[in-house]
Order: sequence, then structure tokens, then C-alpha cells
Amino acid sequence: MPQNADQSQPVIDEAIFEHLVGLAAFHLSEQEKAYLRRELNQQLRSIRELEALDIGEDVPITSHGVPYSGAIAAPLREDEAEVCPAADDILEQAPEVDLRYLVVPDIPHEELE
Amino acid sequence: MSTSLCDLPALEQLRLIKSREISATELLEAHLARIDAVEGRRPSTDAYTPDPEDLKYVHAFITVTRERAQAQARAVDEALANGQDPGPLAGLPLAVKDIFCVRGTPSTAGSRILERFVSPYTATPVARMEAVGAVMIGKVNMDEFAFGSSSESSAFLPPPGNPWNPAYVPGGSSGGSTAAVAAGEAALSLGTDTAGSIRQPAAFCGVVGLKPTYGRVSRYGLIAFASSLDCPGLMGREVRDVALALQVIAGPDPYDATAAQVPVPDYLTSLERPIEGMRIGLSPDYFKLKYPDPETGEIRERGIAPEIEAAVWRAAEVLAGMGAEIVEDVPMPHTRYGIPAYFVVSRVEAASNLHRYDGVKYGHRFEGPVADLGELYRRSRGEGFGPQPKLRILMGMYVSAEQYEKGYYETALRARTLIRRDFDQAFDPQGDYRLDCLLTATTPTTAFKIGDVYGDTVMMQYADSLTVSANHAGIPALSIPAGFDSSGLPIGIQILSPDFTEGRLFQVGRAYEIATQDDPWRQETPMVVKSLEGG
Repeated sequence: MPQNADQSQPVIDEAIFEHLVGLAAFHLSEQEKAYLRRELNQQLRSIRELEALDIGEDVPITSHGVPYSGAIAAPLREDEAEVCPAADDILEQAPEVDLRYLVVPDIPHEELE
Repeated sequence: MSTSLCDLPALEQLRLIKSREISATELLEAHLARIDAVEGRRPSTDAYTPDPEDLKYVHAFITVTRERAQAQARAVDEALANGQDPGPLAGLPLAVKDIFCVRGTPSTAGSRILERFVSPYTATPVARMEAVGAVMIGKVNMDEFAFGSSSESSAFLPPPGNPWNPAYVPGGSSGGSTAAVAAGEAALSLGTDTAGSIRQPAAFCGVVGLKPTYGRVSRYGLIAFASSLDCPGLMGREVRDVALALQVIAGPDPYDATAAQVPVPDYLTSLERPIEGMRIGLSPDYFKLKYPDPETGEIRERGIAPEIEAAVWRAAEVLAGMGAEIVEDVPMPHTRYGIPAYFVVSRVEAASNLHRYDGVKYGHRFEGPVADLGELYRRSRGEGFGPQPKLRILMGMYVSAEQYEKGYYETALRARTLIRRDFDQAFDPQGDYRLDCLLTATTPTTAFKIGDVYGDTVMMQYADSLTVSANHAGIPALSIPAGFDSSGLPIGIQILSPDFTEGRLFQVGRAYEIATQDDPWRQETPMVVKSLEGG
């Protein structure tokens, strides 16, 4: 857990923000960027209250509140393929389709470091 | 108090249909007429210019499924005419939060990115209600992807107004649901609760709202926000109405592995059993709030609104008068970490769930020229998402990115364990407190004015301070009306209990309803309904 930094300084600077925007795949206006970055930094002030918690690794994580013991957990279904009765309805929702294929523009290729 | 057909409790409407005193079609048409009278202009994604006239209307519905509902009502009437039983919800008008997929209807989640999405399948809770005769009258407005506590973040504007005073918010994110129920536009509504999104608007609108135990109701067909916290639930005008509807929607579902294999008890049979001997707790940690100062970021402490605190104490007295034992000073020390942990957990899950919207498979697609698929994603998501989804996705990216803030996500999940332990200790039958239920306020304040808080995402989130712990812990919680403040706005109180004990919540809530049924505040009528009667 990071220690509390100077709360008057924005933690998410422009460079970090632009990186997040790239990861999130957003095209944003300058006005949106200013609002979103300000609110992110405000929310971080609240999140930093977690730093006050004296919490050790002996406290297990909770991924959801209700314990799913074998008694109440649903059994897994058989892994069997079924024909989807609504395939055409699903394809109808796609913005662009050609012969039941989804149409997309060129897929960019980049070398991964 | 209004005596119109539309304002009767659901159980009374059902009795009138079953006894053939009215038809399902008559009941539906009365509700459609109410919708026409109180809705105002239909919310849309067109450029929105606020108009003072909007502050007189409810604006609860994104879509009114008029013809579909009329066909359903006719089918109920025909079945009854043929001596058949269409089921326990026969003919009952139901408003569905627009986050549930319903086959053949627009299912928008309040977002431009799903504006033209027509669902190819139906969510389990909706399917179960329709299968036993419920008539879906329409899809109701909400915060975009349920991200908010006022319903103002919807892409479909004007935002919903509070029927008790439409210049105020109905709460959120299920604000369209509670507004529709309070205004007599539907007898029941199906909504979702991720941090308080059923209970907070129920308190703001003076209706009953239930967040069931996580796993009590299937999430199949629910447009996902935060999958470990999302909980489908119900809103109605009386506890009995909500109990009846939970009976219908609860239980295992082969389409949702998190729907628990726990038998569903008969809620209505146990509803009016005496509460004598029940141990009901009060915690000082639910009478005060800790929140960051908007200017300095320092953590401040303040009490909940005095009129709301007084309503909780009065409810404790009422329940004590019915034989319950009130246990004071129950420690719930990790309540204050509910919102900070939620800021982390919900954002990480939201970021993951919202990656599916890409302008390719379904939903909004940028129509201009693009260089490649990456630009199509960026342009489509940039146009399709409003500011709140963008904010939540960005925060989810940040707090889960190893290179920026190691440990926030894991710490938040451990904080969640501590919140759960607070409840486990309070409800432990062998523990110091041995509570059957915890009694708290539902909200720190009553409804606020439209525009007063929206935009400040931290203060908006703190509207859920008293409700979010139940989502972290997974336990059930019920909000019931408990009077009005000096401005004439409803006050809600909250009852919380152990996993899968919704029946106990109904029992306590119903006991409070019976004990206060002759109180003068029970005779009040929402402003939008009163204006119809006056004119």
C-alpha cells in the first residue's frame, strides 16, 4: 500500500491520464479531459482513506460477500454445445454485417516491446 | 391520500382483478392514463436544454411498451374469462429498470452506446414475473449503467423528478423505478442495487425497496456493472407487495452460476408473525459519516440529518412497543471504509465489464471515416459513453494497474472482509449482540435538488454511505418509508439481516407499517398526484 503523498498535488498527472485514456480506448475532448482528471484525483482522496486501515495479510480477501460453500453453489452444467435460437436476432444488432460476418476496419499491427 | 386505482397497493390491485371487479385491461389503461398525465416530455438523447416546465413532471420512462402491455393484459383477461389462473401477478403493471434485457424491446442502460440496442433475450427476473401474469408497462430511466445516485447521469434527458417534488431528484440509480411507483405509474418495479441503488431512491421517493441477498435472485439478463455487487431487487408501495414479487423471482437459475441453491420460503405466510423477542440493533457508526472535505481532502465527520436520526429512534420505539428488544451501541467500525473500498472494487469490475462495448458487435458505432479498428473503438466509445462510465473505467484502470498504485485493489477486498465480519459478529447467535436485525437510516439526507450535487462525483458517491456495506457483505436489506422531513420530502429507514433472511426483513417492515398505519404522514399524497386531483 503506498504511503500518503502530498494531498494537494494531483496524483494522476497528464502523462498518467493520457496512458489511462489509451488503455480505455476513448477519444475525449479537452473539456472532458479536464473534468475527468479533476474528478479522478478527487476520488483518490477518498480511496486513500483505506491507508488508515491496519490490515494484515492474515485478513483474507472477499471477492463477494456471501460465502459460496458447496451446499449453496450451483453445480456446473455439462459443457455441451447448443444451437443458439436467436443467432439472426443477435446479428441484427451489429452495426455492419456482410454474409453473417461482422465488418471492421483495418486491424492495426504494432510490434510489442 | 389518493384513492385512485393506480395508487392502491399491488395486492389490492391483484384482488380486484382476480375477483373480476376490474379487468387487467382497465387497470393497465388507468396506469397508461396516469403516465400520460404525469410524465411530461419523453426523455431522449437529443441535445438537452433544461426547461423550468420539466421540474413539474416525473420523466420516469425511457420506453413505454404500450402495445406489448395491452396484449399481455388482454391475455390475462382471456385466461380469467376461461376460468384459468394466469398466476400470482395476473394483470399487475410492472416498470422495469432499463438495465434488464427484455426480448424485442430497447434495453439501453440509460446510455447512448446502447440507444438502438434491442435485446434478443429476456432477463430471468423479468421472465419469471411475466410468466405469472405481470404486465410490463415500460422500461424506466436510471443513471447511465447505474453509475450514480440521482439518475441525472442518464443519457436520456430530462432526468427523472421526485414525485413528492419534481424539482428534486428521485435518487438513483433506480430513480425511474421509484419515481414510477411513487407516482402511481406502476404497481411494482424491478431494479438493481450495487451500492444502494434500490434503497436510496426508495427512501427518497417514499416507497419500499428491497436489496435481496447476493445470489437470491438471478442476474441473467442484467447489463453488468460490478458483478460481485450487482443485485436485482424490487420496489413497491407496501412491504407485502415486495414480498409477493420476491417469491416469484427468487431461486436458482441454470443461466447464473451465482444464483444460490437455497430454498425460497413462503414469504407471505410469515409476514405478519409477531416480532416479539426479536433483537434489533442500533449502531453509532450508522449515525455519523466520514467523508473527504471537497476543498482540502481531509476526512471530516458529521452526523446524519437530525430529522432522519429522529425517525430511526422513533422506529426503534415503535418496534420496542411491539415486543422487540432494542440493542444499542452495536459497533460496526468498518462502515466508514465502505465507500473508499467501493470506489476501488466497483471501478475495477466496471472497467472490465464495459470493455465489451466496441462499436462492432452491437451498440453505438462512430459513423465517420476512421483509419483503423483502434480509432473505431476510441471514437465509438468516446461518443457512446457519458462522463460517468468514462470516469469509472479510467479509475478502474488506474487502481488495478500495477505500475501506478500497488495494493489498492487487494486492500479494498480485505476491507470488504472486515465489513462482512462486522455483520457476522453482530448477527452471531453466540456472540455479544445476537441481533436478528440492524436498524439504521437509509440515507444521510433526504432528496436533494436536481443539479445541486451532480458533477461532484465524490459527494454523490457518499449518498450511499449507509447502504453500500450490505453490498460488500452480500446481506439483504430493506428500506421502508418512515415519514417526511420539514420540506415534505420522504425519509427512509433501513433494516439489515443475515444472508437469505429476507422473510425477517419483511416481518419487521410489515410490523412497522401496521404500527404506523394511522399516522398522519401515511395520508400524504405525492405532489404530482395531488396536482391531478386538484385539477
